[in-house]
Amino acid sequence: MTTASIRTENLTIRFGGHAAVDRVSCAFRPGELTVIVGPNGAGKTTWFNLVSGQLKPTEGRIFKGEADITSLSPSARAKAGIGRAFQLTNLFPKLTVLENVRLAVQARAGQGPRIFSRAAALTEIRDRAQSFVEATRLSSVAHLPAAALPHGDQRKLEVAMLAAMEPDVFMFDEPTAGMSVDEAPAILELIAGIKKDTGKTILLVEHKMDVVRALADRIVVLHNGTLIADGRPAEVMALPIVRDIYLGIGAEDVA
Amino acid sequence: MANAAILPGAVPAVSRRRQAGRFLVYAVVLAIGLALAFAPFLFPDVRAQEVAARICVFVVLVASYDLLIGYTGIVSFAHTMFFGLGAYGAAIALKAMGPGFDAIFFGGALGVLAAIVLAVLIGLLSLRVKAIFFAMVTLAAASVMMVLASQLSAITGGEDGMTFSVPRPFSPAQPLVTGEDGKALRLFGVALNGRVAHYYFVFVSSFLLFLVMMRIVASPLGTVLQAIRENEMRAEAIGYRVVAYRTAIFCIAAVIAALAGILRAVWLKYTGPDVVLSFDIMLDILLMVVIGGMGTLYGAVIGVAVMTLAQYYLKDVMAAGAAATADLPLLPDLLNPDRWLFWLGLVFILLVYFFPAGIAGTLMGKGGHK
Repeated sequence: MTTASIRTENLTIRFGGHAAVDRVSCAFRPGELTVIVGPNGAGKTTWFNLVSGQLKPTEGRIFKGEADITSLSPSARAKAGIGRAFQLTNLFPKLTVLENVRLAVQARAGQGPRIFSRAAALTEIRDRAQSFVEATRLSSVAHLPAAALPHGDQRKLEVAMLAAMEPDVFMFDEPTAGMSVDEAPAILELIAGIKKDTGKTILLVEHKMDVVRALADRIVVLHNGTLIADGRPAEVMALPIVRDIYLGIGAEDVA
Repeated sequence: MANAAILPGAVPAVSRRRQAGRFLVYAVVLAIGLALAFAPFLFPDVRAQEVAARICVFVVLVASYDLLIGYTGIVSFAHTMFFGLGAYGAAIALKAMGPGFDAIFFGGALGVLAAIVLAVLIGLLSLRVKAIFFAMVTLAAASVMMVLASQLSAITGGEDGMTFSVPRPFSPAQPLVTGEDGKALRLFGVALNGRVAHYYFVFVSSFLLFLVMMRIVASPLGTVLQAIRENEMRAEAIGYRVVAYRTAIFCIAAVIAALAGILRAVWLKYTGPDVVLSFDIMLDILLMVVIGGMGTLYGAVIGVAVMTLAQYYLKDVMAAGAAATADLPLLPDLLNPDRWLFWLGLVFILLVYFFPAGIAGTLMGKGGHK
């Protein structure tokens, strides 16, 4: 069994007296797609924010490989190979699609501070950005500002930016949120493609049960901030406690 | 609305209008640039030279402010402070060391250095706080600088400021090219003397600084700055250290403002709180960048030209208007030159109403920023 690419140890964050994430310890391996499920308010997005650095934990540690990254800033974690897409679309609205993706490529290449070269002339970076735009089938809108895209394409752009960061750990927070039934499969296809092509660790927060079934190698269940189940999809879905909690929200989300 | 933008046919129409607007902006900027480049020959009178030189320096000053407010979304009120540091640096050295290029270089370098140090301090200490607090910090720093300039009168000349001489090649008595009669050669009726050299020193320096800024915004750094303006949290999340980038651009803008200050001092042969440090200047900068259009750099050229021409010539135009309508009722009173501020205000309101993103910003279809 390969070593974990990302691991949390007793990860806890309290807001006042309320523990939004409570002593969560788990590890994720390369090549494995894990779906994190749980009712609203279970702490899924909060746990994501702790791992990608937007929040600092009250207690516990986070490891990327062997390195302790608990005290690193979000930008340092991005450089360390932890890439994150956001639940609410979180783009650079007035920049074009290509510029959005190019920024991610450029951050990865570490060429941000070059002052006296023309950005558009850095063909290597530009071509790379272009290839991610093509892979997400956004070529026809590459020159439009991100804000002008329909919601479904904005979600695709989120995926393109995350892919362009070329992280070791991909974190998707509800990538199909707000998408219509016919738009969602395109995103899931992209994620499946990333899994196949890169063999990296993929973490996915998702409500929709069909998504969970189609993609998951493993399911982690959070409830009230604690980890209550972790295992293969069939095993986890069969657990009585999961059926209790999850069917409740499953009923409203799947329906 | 989101769908409208990608409907076939809609795109070309929008982009064609945008292209026309962009072309118009380029044409206007080019016209202003050419007028400035040949100003000594096109407008030889002394007042016009004054206006042209002021436009040159303020284009640099306002464009450097646009790097902050338009490109990165940093609101600072300390831009006159950096402008003043350059101006006072050059002025004090010219006064102490006598009129020489070494004094301009040495004093200017000290002024720029002081600007860098202050910019780094302010940047690192306060660019991580919210925008409004940062604006307050810069306001405080600028006030301190104003108090210092007026209190340290032994060095700065206090409220009165200081006059000094500039290097001899800039003197009107110094011919650039001597004709057969031993006097300065004339070109298009304009004597090629130190006055022309003086102007071109300001013009060429300003032009080069503007080119540097054009390069910065077209560089990868420029895109990162815009990303920070658009979505700071996401910029951090994809791996950019936002505080470091903000501090860097704050320093770059401060250095360019200080260099503009040197040019201002050398041109005026005078430096005082009223011409480089006062909040009136800061307000002018803000108005120029808003009227021209934030986040375009070209907007700085247009905004500065419009504002400066209005400030210098609106009175004359009104006087002419009042004289022409002397026989009519009411109109001469409305056009009385004493009421020029009223008309200036009206012009601003109309400009902001019809060009919500500034003249260049609206024409180029950039939309309003923040």
